[in-house]
Amino acid sequence: MRYLPLTADDRSAMLSVIGATTIDDLFVDVPPEARLDGPIADLPNQASELAVERHMGALARRNRAAGDGPFFLGAGAYRHHVPASVDHLIQRGEFLTAYTPYQPEIAQGTLQMLFEFQSQVARLLGTDVANASMYDGSTACWEAVVMARRITRRAKALFSTGVHPHYRSVARTMAKYTGDVLVEGDPELVPGTDWADLAAAVDKETSCVVVQYPDILGRIDDMAALAKACQASGALLIAVVTEPVALGLIKAPGEMGADIVVGEGQSIGVGLQFGGPYVGLFACKAKYVRQMPGRLCGETVDANGKRGFVLTLSTREQHIRREKATSNICTNSGLCALAFSIHMTLLGEAGLRQLASINHGRALAAAGQLAKVPGVSVLNSAFFNEFTLLLPAAARPVVHQLAERDILGGVSLGRLYPENAGLENGLVVAVTETCTAEDIAAFAAALKEVLA
Amino acid sequence: MSTPNASGWRPEMNAGGADDTTTFTGNRALMLEEPLIFEIGSTETTGVDFDQEDGLHASLGGVVETEWDAVSDRVDALRRTDSIGLPGLSEGETIRHYTRLSRQNYAIDLGLFPLGSCTMKHNPRLNEKVARMPGFADIHPLQPQETVQGALAVINELAMWLIKLTGMHGVAMTPKAGAHGELCGILCIKAALEARGEDRRVLLVPESAHGTNPATAAFAGFSVEDIPATPEGRVDLEALKARLGPDVAGVMITNPNTCGLFERDMKAISDAVHAVGGYVYCDGANFNAIVGKVRPGDLGVDAMHINLHKTFSTPHGGGGPGSGPVVLSEALAPFGPIPYAARYADGSFKLVEEESAGAEHPDTFGRMTAFHGQMGMFTRALTYMLSHGADGLKQVAEDAVLNANYILRSLDDVLEAPFGGSGPCMHEALFTDNGLAEGFSTLDIAKGIIDEGYHPMTVYFPLVVHGAMLIEPTETESKAVLDQFIGALRSVALRAKNGDPALKSAPHFAPRARLDETLAARKPVLAWSEPAVVPGTPSLSEIGGS
Repeated sequence: MRYLPLTADDRSAMLSVIGATTIDDLFVDVPPEARLDGPIADLPNQASELAVERHMGALARRNRAAGDGPFFLGAGAYRHHVPASVDHLIQRGEFLTAYTPYQPEIAQGTLQMLFEFQSQVARLLGTDVANASMYDGSTACWEAVVMARRITRRAKALFSTGVHPHYRSVARTMAKYTGDVLVEGDPELVPGTDWADLAAAVDKETSCVVVQYPDILGRIDDMAALAKACQASGALLIAVVTEPVALGLIKAPGEMGADIVVGEGQSIGVGLQFGGPYVGLFACKAKYVRQMPGRLCGETVDANGKRGFVLTLSTREQHIRREKATSNICTNSGLCALAFSIHMTLLGEAGLRQLASINHGRALAAAGQLAKVPGVSVLNSAFFNEFTLLLPAAARPVVHQLAERDILGGVSLGRLYPENAGLENGLVVAVTETCTAEDIAAFAAALKEVLA
Repeated sequence: MSTPNASGWRPEMNAGGADDTTTFTGNRALMLEEPLIFEIGSTETTGVDFDQEDGLHASLGGVVETEWDAVSDRVDALRRTDSIGLPGLSEGETIRHYTRLSRQNYAIDLGLFPLGSCTMKHNPRLNEKVARMPGFADIHPLQPQETVQGALAVINELAMWLIKLTGMHGVAMTPKAGAHGELCGILCIKAALEARGEDRRVLLVPESAHGTNPATAAFAGFSVEDIPATPEGRVDLEALKARLGPDVAGVMITNPNTCGLFERDMKAISDAVHAVGGYVYCDGANFNAIVGKVRPGDLGVDAMHINLHKTFSTPHGGGGPGSGPVVLSEALAPFGPIPYAARYADGSFKLVEEESAGAEHPDTFGRMTAFHGQMGMFTRALTYMLSHGADGLKQVAEDAVLNANYILRSLDDVLEAPFGGSGPCMHEALFTDNGLAEGFSTLDIAKGIIDEGYHPMTVYFPLVVHGAMLIEPTETESKAVLDQFIGALRSVALRAKNGDPALKSAPHFAPRARLDETLAARKPVLAWSEPAVVPGTPSLSEIGGS
């Protein structure tokens, strides 16, 4: 077997050092009735590299890749061009095959990268501090709610109807077991957000208000008034960002007063990957840092006075606090954070702003063309690179008819909100720098044909 | 932005000194200091070129079509005007920065990474190649399902492997890491109890369990009670039985356990827990010791997470991502999370999500992550399973156990092996720091082994023994590598026994000496900020630097 270096001679020499006759002498603690002897039914034996590649290649070809044609899906995962050097660098074995930096003297590469990532994320989201990443945006969102409860000692979380329904679904699952009370609902097909209503609903029982920016329908709004309302009642404002590229063009939630900003960093550097692994972003005001979940990398000095980095504030963590830990997380998304950080370094502020402008410009152009299709209108009064089309018919079958014409034309609200018939005519369309003028024209033409 | 000063070293430190071991740059030949991107980049620099004008930019330049004026006005009101402060580098500088950083890291590609319980084995590059096939890497989680049948087939095929290897009934694929898998299993238990109309609030967690176990139980709203270990490092069956009762929801146990031992009484534990109506959660982080040799389902386990990155070799990337599918018994499978990939009689696949769950999976506890789990890890793990096959995976377990026992027996004359007398270990060997010279501890051995060119073993875990050193060689290390490591560790252990003062300041040859972790925690600096200019500090040009 190509991954196993021991020879038969090695094995017998080692057994004699151990003082065992056969390998099964080492499994003596396994009761005989639990031992598995012989082959496992229905599982194949070892295969060559070529054979495995052939099998997996055949499965891969049964998927329609985003690059195979016009592609307009968003709703929490975005297709952006990732420079070739990002994937090249993350495949360096010293990054790819390293473990958690428990021994800082020989893990400064990972640690410095995490410190840079934390600094980039804090600046991007407009907050004081960020951690070294979470599993993904949806779990980060839930962890933020739990953190707000720890800080405020209140249990009622108000969710904007514009928060991604899967994020809400995760929160709903967890709240059943933690006792948090969630106030949530589906969005209405109106141009503006529900944030004014939320501001009015904040009361002394409220631990936090959770809003998404841009929201699930692509709408953007100023959260300053909501932040003030939260502050007045002692609640925290949690902002969720699923498309961080937007923050190259529009104000950051932290700048507008959000206390905790969480996000999905997949847009930058990571790629679509059918939903994971992604990279959860988690940032907050400095005063809450000791209540933050996840890993943190901090600057310090070594015994010779040289600057260095270590994992820090670990007294919040599961391996020390056991059942009193701030969360049970012991893994982050280190490699995805690295991809994010490299891509962000390549972009720089100038590149990020330009990328954001191109996204917005293309989305405006696409919205203009798509709105000309008879019967179609655009819901949003403001958007970044994603907006909601209102179709004259249910959007779900339209999506499938478009796919038959080889156009992946957005995410239907029917798929996101299957129980809500009032939303079924909505189609959420994302337009990034990867969408060309031809793609947009083909989409508009196909939509016209399907709706005719 | 400011003076490159990666090391905290300042040119004036060299001014009057005759120390010829110090260089002007702080570099030492191939050991290079690297500043932060914030110190070498600029907000005007970019390493990315965008498409030239193709007509789609026009709407930004004032040629906006009338009906979109309003949209643009509203966006303008929210426009980010202040500097964000994100430095950029050209492509070449970026490659150089991260390549230099990478050289400050130890990694499995460089040598033995004997972290016990972390299972750092070779990461085959075929796995990487497959995960990057566009059909896997470049597909969206919400694409129409008819366009992702291959991806759903991968999830389904991997699920089938996990079920057969563990002898379990079902599997939840979405958990994003081992600890997330624990949460998934515990939520299944909670949902099952709820379905029975019972409100049991206690989870029993043996002392030797991973720290995540009690944290998970508490996070899900249970109260946690410890169960002591026996003198030979296993769960105290009698103590466990004595605590069982109608308030106990279940037990969280690690097998093979964190002392590197197989829990001989696992079946008896399961039977006892089941007899009082509880469930058995098994932490499967150490599954690589028994894969192909033992099926946890045969031992009465109800839920067990499997760290794909450990047992099935997906690279851990400096701390993640992981992936933690959870295999479930017949009793718990109905409560598993959504979404999952179901295979229908005609060979097609469908995602069971919120919409269809009511009809096909009505007892689900719900969704625990936005999309379908760690697809990029699934393709890697399945590739690895297919490469090894069932016969190869059995050899994996055997070689992992053989290597660990070889280390245990080769070092137990210089390091105390607390449970070494009670028989073989599984895939990891446990030692303590008893018997070292006064003032020397596990930490010194760990730092000393760094100078020998190795990543240290897991230290101070498990908590049940003093000054623990937990060594896991895995199956991908050769005898020659093990022999060299054994020699090196023997040498360091003897220095610690003899009280070699030089060991107290190890490592001496790493990129950094021992780091001040207390300072980092007391005065946390968690993000870069522009340093304040200190009056009187000479600039590089003033002292003749270039």
